[in-house]
Amino acid sequence: MYTAADLKKGLKIAIDNEPYIITHFDFAKPGKGQALYRTKMKNMITGSTMDRTYRSGETFEPARLEDRTMQYLYKEDDHYCFMDNDTFEQIHISEDAMGDAKNYLIDNLQVDVLIFRDKPIGVDVPNFVNLRVTQTDPWVKGDTSGSDSKPATVETGYVLRVPPFIEEGELITIDTRTGEYSTRVKG
Amino acid sequence: MPGSWPLCRRKKALVERGAIFNRVRGFFQEKGYLEVETPFRIPAPAPEAQIDAIPCDGWFLQTSPELCMKRMLAAGYPRIFQICRCWRAGERGSRHLSEFTMLEWYRADADYLVLMEETEALVRGAARAPVINYRGLSIEISQPWERITVADAFRRYAGTSMWEALEAGTFDELMVERIEPELGTARPTFIYDYPASLSALARLKASDPAVAERFELYIGGVEIANAFSELIDPVEQRRRFEAEALERASSGKLPYPAPEKFLAALASMPEAAGIALGLDRLVMVLLDAGSIDEVVAFTTEEL
Repeated sequence: MYTAADLKKGLKIAIDNEPYIITHFDFAKPGKGQALYRTKMKNMITGSTMDRTYRSGETFEPARLEDRTMQYLYKEDDHYCFMDNDTFEQIHISEDAMGDAKNYLIDNLQVDVLIFRDKPIGVDVPNFVNLRVTQTDPWVKGDTSGSDSKPATVETGYVLRVPPFIEEGELITIDTRTGEYSTRVKG
Repeated sequence: MPGSWPLCRRKKALVERGAIFNRVRGFFQEKGYLEVETPFRIPAPAPEAQIDAIPCDGWFLQTSPELCMKRMLAAGYPRIFQICRCWRAGERGSRHLSEFTMLEWYRADADYLVLMEETEALVRGAARAPVINYRGLSIEISQPWERITVADAFRRYAGTSMWEALEAGTFDELMVERIEPELGTARPTFIYDYPASLSALARLKASDPAVAERFELYIGGVEIANAFSELIDPVEQRRRFEAEALERASSGKLPYPAPEKFLAALASMPEAAGIALGLDRLVMVLLDAGSIDEVVAFTTEEL
C-alpha cells in the first residue's frame, strides 16, 4: 500500500481496479495550509488522463501488473515490437502507451513489459541507459560566454541538455526517471 | 565527475543568486535594519497546525526564526532582518525543499500595509528590471502591485465564498487549484485579510475581527512571502497556540512544548509587523527557473 507521500512520477496505482500511471506530480502547500499532493495520471488501458489532488494520509493500492522481461526489436508505424526472451513470443505496444520510454529504446534493449489481464499495456525501462550522441554543436575551448549546457540529439532522436564538453559520437548515460543527462561513458 | 553535472549546469543561476542576496542585504542595510542571527536548533517551535518541525537531538530544527526574532523586537531591536535556513518535514516538490532559505524581517511601529510597500521596494531592488519574465508571463513590477482580499479572490476565481470553502473543508484545494494560478500574472499580487482561524500569530482586523491582518505575496502564481501585523497580546496568543496544538494532537502530529519564553516576552513587544519571504522562490521567479532545484547548489537527493 502507498500513502500520498509515496506519490511520484512513474508510480503505478490501482483506481477502481484499473491501473493508472502518474505522469506529473507536484507537492503543494498554500501558505499555512495543509500539504496537498497534485497528480496528473493516465489510465494505462484506455489512455485517458485525469487530474487528482490528494491529502496526507490518503492511501493507494499498487496497480496489479505482471511484468515480463523482453527485448526491444523494432518500431513499425506507431507500434513498438518486443520479444519475450524465453518463449520468443512477440508483442506490440502502441506509441501512446509507451510514454517517455520511447525516448530510450535502442535495438536489443531489455525492458520490463507490463501486462494487465494478459494484455501488454506499457513498459518499464532501466533507470539508466547509455545512448550515443548523434548531433551536438562543437565546444569552443575557452568559451567564456557562460553557457553551461547545450542541446544534444541521441540515437533515438531524443533531445536533451548536456555539458558543453560532450561531443558527437560520445556515449552518455541518461537517467530515464528524469530524462536528464547523468554522466559521460568513458572509452 | 559523476554527480557534478547539476552543479556545473547551475553555475550561472548560483552566481545570480549570490548577486540577488547581496542586493537584498544592501536594501536592508540602507533602511537601517540590523542583520541578526538566531539559533537554528530550538526547544519549542510555534505550534502551527500544518507546519511540521524536524526533531533534532531532543529539540527541533527551526521552521522559521519568528519566535526568536520577536523576542529581539520585544527587547528593543526595532528593525531586524535575517537570512537563514529553515526546515519543514515532508515538504518536497518543484517549489519546496525540506531545507530552504528564508528571509524574515520585523519592523516595530508598522502594520502589514507598511510591509506591502516595503516588500514592493525590496523586490524591485532585487530584480533591477521593470519586468519579470517568468514561465512565459511578463510581470510588470514598476507600477503599484495588485491588492485583493482573500474573500474577493474566492468570489472571483473559485466561484464560492471564502467562508463556505472553509466550512466545506475545501479552502486549501481551491486556493491551490483555482486561485493561486491566477495571482501575480500581470503584476505581483498581495492577497490579504485571511480568515482569523488561518492566522495563528496575526492581529485581528479591528474593523472586521473575522479576518486577520495577514497577507501573502504571489508572483507568477508562486507564493513568495507571508506577512502579518503581529499579534502582541500574550493571553490571546496562548489561546491560539492551544487551539493549534489541539489540532495537531487530533491529527496525530508530534506535540511541541509551549514556547513560554516567547509568550512571556510578548507582553513587552511593541506594535510591529513581520514577514517571511522564501528567498529560493524569489530567485526562482527572477531567474525564470521552473523548479527550486535549479537555484540551489544541492537538493536533498543530491547529497
